[in-house]
Amino acid sequence: MNTLVDIRRLKKYFPIVGGVLRRPVGAVKAVDGVNLTIRRGQWLGLVGESGCGKTTLAKTVVRLIRPTSGHVYFDTSDAVKAEIEALESAGKNNSKLTSLLKENDVATFSGKRLSSLRRHAQLVHQDPFTSLDPRMKIKNIVAEPLTIHKVLSGHAQETAVEELLARVGLSTGQLERYPHQFSGGQRQRIAIARALATKPEFIAFDEPTSALDVSVQAQILNLLKDLKKEFGLTYLYITHELLIAESVCDHIAVMYLGRVVEMGRPEDIFHSPRHPYARSLVAATPVPDPKRRIGHIVLPGEVPSPANPPPGCAFHPRCSQATDECHESAPVLEPVGDDHHVACFHPL
Amino acid sequence: MKDWRFVVRQLVRNPLSLMGLILIVIFIIIAIFAPLIAPTPEGHQRPYMIPRDGYRAAPEPPDEDHIFGTTQGQYDIFYGVIWGTRSAFQVALLVIGITLLVGLVLGSLAGYFGGIIDEVIMRITDIFLAFPALILAMAIVAAIGPSLRSVMIALTAVWWPSYARLIRGDILALREEDYIEASRGLGASSARVILRHALPNAIYPTLIMASLDIGAVVLAAAALSFLGLGAPEGYADWGQLTSFARNWIVGPPGEPLKHWYAVTIPGLFILFFVLGWNLLGDAFRDIFDPRLARR
Amino acid sequence: MKDLIRIRDLSVRFYTYEGVVHAIDDLDLEIRQGETLGVVGETGSGKSMTALAILRLVPYPGKIESGSIVFCGRDSGGDLELLKLTEDRMRSIRGNKISMVFQEPGAALNPVYTIGDQISEVYLLHRRQELGHQAMERVDDLISNGRNGFGAGAKRPFWHWQKRLYRKIAEQPHAVEPRLLNRLPLFRRLLWRLRDEAGLLTVNMLKDVEIPDAARVAAEYPHELSGGMKQRAVIAMALACSPELLIADEPTTSLDVTIQAQMLELFRRIKAEKGASVLFITHNLGVAAEVCDRVAVMYAGRLCEIATIEDLFLHPSHPYTRALLDAVPIPGKELQTIPGALADALNPPPGCRFHPRCPSATPLCQQERPRLKTVGKDHMVACYLF
Repeated sequence: MNTLVDIRRLKKYFPIVGGVLRRPVGAVKAVDGVNLTIRRGQWLGLVGESGCGKTTLAKTVVRLIRPTSGHVYFDTSDAVKAEIEALESAGKNNSKLTSLLKENDVATFSGKRLSSLRRHAQLVHQDPFTSLDPRMKIKNIVAEPLTIHKVLSGHAQETAVEELLARVGLSTGQLERYPHQFSGGQRQRIAIARALATKPEFIAFDEPTSALDVSVQAQILNLLKDLKKEFGLTYLYITHELLIAESVCDHIAVMYLGRVVEMGRPEDIFHSPRHPYARSLVAATPVPDPKRRIGHIVLPGEVPSPANPPPGCAFHPRCSQATDECHESAPVLEPVGDDHHVACFHPL
Repeated sequence: MKDWRFVVRQLVRNPLSLMGLILIVIFIIIAIFAPLIAPTPEGHQRPYMIPRDGYRAAPEPPDEDHIFGTTQGQYDIFYGVIWGTRSAFQVALLVIGITLLVGLVLGSLAGYFGGIIDEVIMRITDIFLAFPALILAMAIVAAIGPSLRSVMIALTAVWWPSYARLIRGDILALREEDYIEASRGLGASSARVILRHALPNAIYPTLIMASLDIGAVVLAAAALSFLGLGAPEGYADWGQLTSFARNWIVGPPGEPLKHWYAVTIPGLFILFFVLGWNLLGDAFRDIFDPRLARR
Repeated sequence: MKDLIRIRDLSVRFYTYEGVVHAIDDLDLEIRQGETLGVVGETGSGKSMTALAILRLVPYPGKIESGSIVFCGRDSGGDLELLKLTEDRMRSIRGNKISMVFQEPGAALNPVYTIGDQISEVYLLHRRQELGHQAMERVDDLISNGRNGFGAGAKRPFWHWQKRLYRKIAEQPHAVEPRLLNRLPLFRRLLWRLRDEAGLLTVNMLKDVEIPDAARVAAEYPHELSGGMKQRAVIAMALACSPELLIADEPTTSLDVTIQAQMLELFRRIKAEKGASVLFITHNLGVAAEVCDRVAVMYAGRLCEIATIEDLFLHPSHPYTRALLDAVPIPGKELQTIPGALADALNPPPGCRFHPRCPSATPLCQQERPRLKTVGKDHMVACYLF
C-alpha cells in the first residue's frame, strides 16, 4: 500500500461555552473538512498562518485530540476503506460499520489499538523548552516509550537509548543530565530521539525549528533528512515558514482557516501558486536578497477568527478575485495540473 | 531539578533561613537524645508521663533538682518540654504525613481527570471547609474522647482539604503542558502521567505549605491540649504543660509574675519550634519559586 | 550623514550564579541620522542587549561596565553622553527622543488599561506643555462661546482660574501647582482636560499607523485586539513623540507572515515620512533585507561585519555572515550547516569567538581578537582574512 495516512472529511470543532448554565454557544472550527493523503516515504509540508488549524490537524492525526467527525486511516487497505465508505453512504448505522471503524479508524481507537498506533505514529512538539519533563533525566525521557510499551528493559534499554542519542547527534555521557542543561537545539534532538524510540513509521513535526536559531535550524533539518533516509520514515511537517517547506518537503499543502486551499509540489507552489492566498503567502515571504523586495500584493486585513469563519470560501473577504459565488458556497480541492490541487472558484 | 548543593547554599546564605535551620536541627537533636538529656527516673514506667515530685498544687520555681521548675501538681517542666519535643514531632509528622497522602491522592485525581470526579471531590472538600477548622477539630475530639491520638485524627480530618485544593490547582495548571501531552502521545497511562510527570512537577508548592504547616499543626494541637481536649493529664506534651499553667498565668496579688516559668517555658518551646519551621518554609518557598532566577 | 548615536567600547557584563557572561564585548557602532540600521544575530549575540544599553534598561544582574554612548540629537543641545546622564534626564529621553518597540506586543501592553490610555500616557509624560496650551485654548473657546455652565457670572472666575492653570502648565510643565493638584483626590478632575487633549492626539497617532476605526480601537483593551493590531498600537506608542531614534527589537518575529509584510510596509512608510533613525533588531536576514539600509552582524557579543544591505548580501566577507546566509533555506539550494554550537556564554573561545566553527581559522585567530577593518565602501569586517 502506497498511502500511509488517509484523512477524510476531518473536522475538529472546539465548543465555546457561555452563559450561566455553560451551554455551548458556538464552536471554534479549528479543522473544517480536510481531505489529505500522505504517501509512504513522503515529506508533506503543512503550511499556514496562526489559526489555520495545522497544529490541530497534526495532533488529531496522531490522536492526541479526538476529531469531531471524519476518518483518519493509518495503513489501511483500500478495500476496507471502500467498504466503510459504502456502508456509510448507505446510511445504515449497523454494528458491522461500527466494528470496522473501531478496527481501522484512528478517530475511534481505544485500548490496545490506540497503544499500538502510538508505536507507529509520533509527534514532535514545537517548543523544546516545554516538551521535555524538566524533572526527568534525559535517559529516562528517551527510554519512556520503551518502558511504556515494554519493548526493552534493563541493560538493553540503556544501550538503545545511548544509540538513539548518538544517532541524533548528542555526544555520549550525557544520560544523567536534565533538560535545562541543554540548549534549545539539543533539546529538540532529545525530543526527536524520544519519538524514534519505538521505530515508528510516521512522525508529525509541529514547527520543530521555530523556537531555534537559524544555524541550529539548519542542523536539525539536515538531521531530519538523514533520519528519514536511514529509517524510511514518512513525515508530516508543519511550519509557517514557506521557505523551509519549499526547501525540504516533497509535497506541500497550504491551509487557511481550517481548510486546505492548495496542494502541490514545492516548485509549483512557489513559482506558480494558483490560490490567491497561497500567492499572497509566497509574495509576503522575505528572502535574504535585497533585489527581491516583497511585491506590493500585501494582503489587507486580518485572519478572521476560526470561531466565526466567513460563509462560503473562508478567504473571500480578503480576496481580490472574490465573486458572489465565493460568498455562497465553499470550493473543494480540484486538480489543476500534475499533482496540483486548488480549492478556488477562480484559480489564478 | 534544583541542585541540592544550590539549595543548601541558599539556605545557609540567608540569615533568617539559617536561623530556622539551626532551630530545627536543635529540636531534632533534643528529640532524638531526649532519654539522655532528661533521663527517666528509676522505676518510672511510662517515659511519656512526666515524673511528679510531690502533690502540691502551686508550681515551684527553678532550682537544682528541677532546672525549669515544676508546674501544677509538681510535674517537672524540664522533663516535660524535652520529651514534649518528641510528642510534637510525632503529632506534626503523622498529621502532615497522612494529610499529604490523602490530599495528594484526591487532589491529583480531581485535577487530572476533571469532570464528575473533580466535582464530587471538590464538594466533599467544601463540606469540610465550611466548618471553622478548630471548632470542627474540637467537636471531633470531644466525640471520640480526648487523647493525643484523637487530636491527631481530628487535625488530619480538618487539614487535608486545603492540600487537596492546592494540588488540584497546580495539576490543573500543569495539565496542558507540552510534556504531559507528549507523554500521553507516547502511550502512557493516566496513572503513569500523574505519578511520573504531573506530581513531581506540581508538588513543590505543596511541600512548602507542608513545611510551614508543621508548625501550625503543633500550635493547633497545643491549643486543643490547652483546652483540655488533648493529651491526658501529665503527658509530656507542650500543650498539656500550658494547660497546667492555665490557673497560674497570673500569680497572687502583689506578685503577678510569680509563676512565669510555668507558662513561659513551654510557650517558648512552642514559639521556637513554630518559628523554625516557618523560617524554613519561607526559605524553601524562595528557593523553589520558579520566577526567582538562579542568581 | 551625521551620526545620531555613537557607541564606543561598550561592554555589558552579567554577574550570574554560574559566572560572568560578557553579553557585549567592546562594541563600536554608529547609527546615522535617518538610516535604518539592522542588527542581525542569533541567541547570545548581544543584539537585544545593545538596544537595552542605549536606553539604560539593562536588567539585573547585568551591568554596563564601560564604554560610551553618545546621542547627538537635534534639539538636545549638543552631544549627550547617555551613560553619564542622571536617571531623571534619561527618563525624559526614553519614549521621547529614543523609544523602543519590543518583540511581544502582548507583553508590552498593560492588560488593565485601554490602548488609548496607554498611548495618552506617553503624551502626558512628555508633551505636557503642548497639552497645556491646547487645553488653555479649549477653555478660552468655552468662555468666549458663553458655554460655561449655569449662570455665566457665577462660574466665570472658575473658568478663568482653569485657564490660568493650563497656561501655567504650558509654560512650566513641571510647576508646583498642577503637581500638587494631581495628588488631591477631587481636584485632579481639573487636569482631566489634559487627558482629553492627549486622547485626540492618540487617535491621530492610531490613524497614522493604519489602525482602522481608530476612535473605537482607542477605547478597547489589549486582549480585544489581534497580534498585528497590538503591535501597531505599540508602534504608535513609540512614535507618539516623534522620536529621533526608534529601536525595534524583533518586532515582527511573533507575527504571521502576511501580517509581517504589512508591518514591514509600515516601517518603510515611517522611515520615509518621519525621517527617524531605526535600529532594527532581527534574526531573520530576509526581514533585514526588506527594511534596512545597513546591516550589522553580531556574534557572541561582538560585531563581525557591518555593511550596506546590498554589499552584505552580494559580498559577505566574514565567515559567520557567509555561514548564516548559507543556512537560510532557499528552495533548490543545499542547506549548509555551521559545525559546532553557539559560543558558550560563560566560557567563550579565546581570540576570535567564531574560530572553533570557522572553516578558514588560523592559529592567529585563537590568540587575539580581530579588530574592525574597512574592506569596501562603508563595509567593515572583524576578521584576519582581511
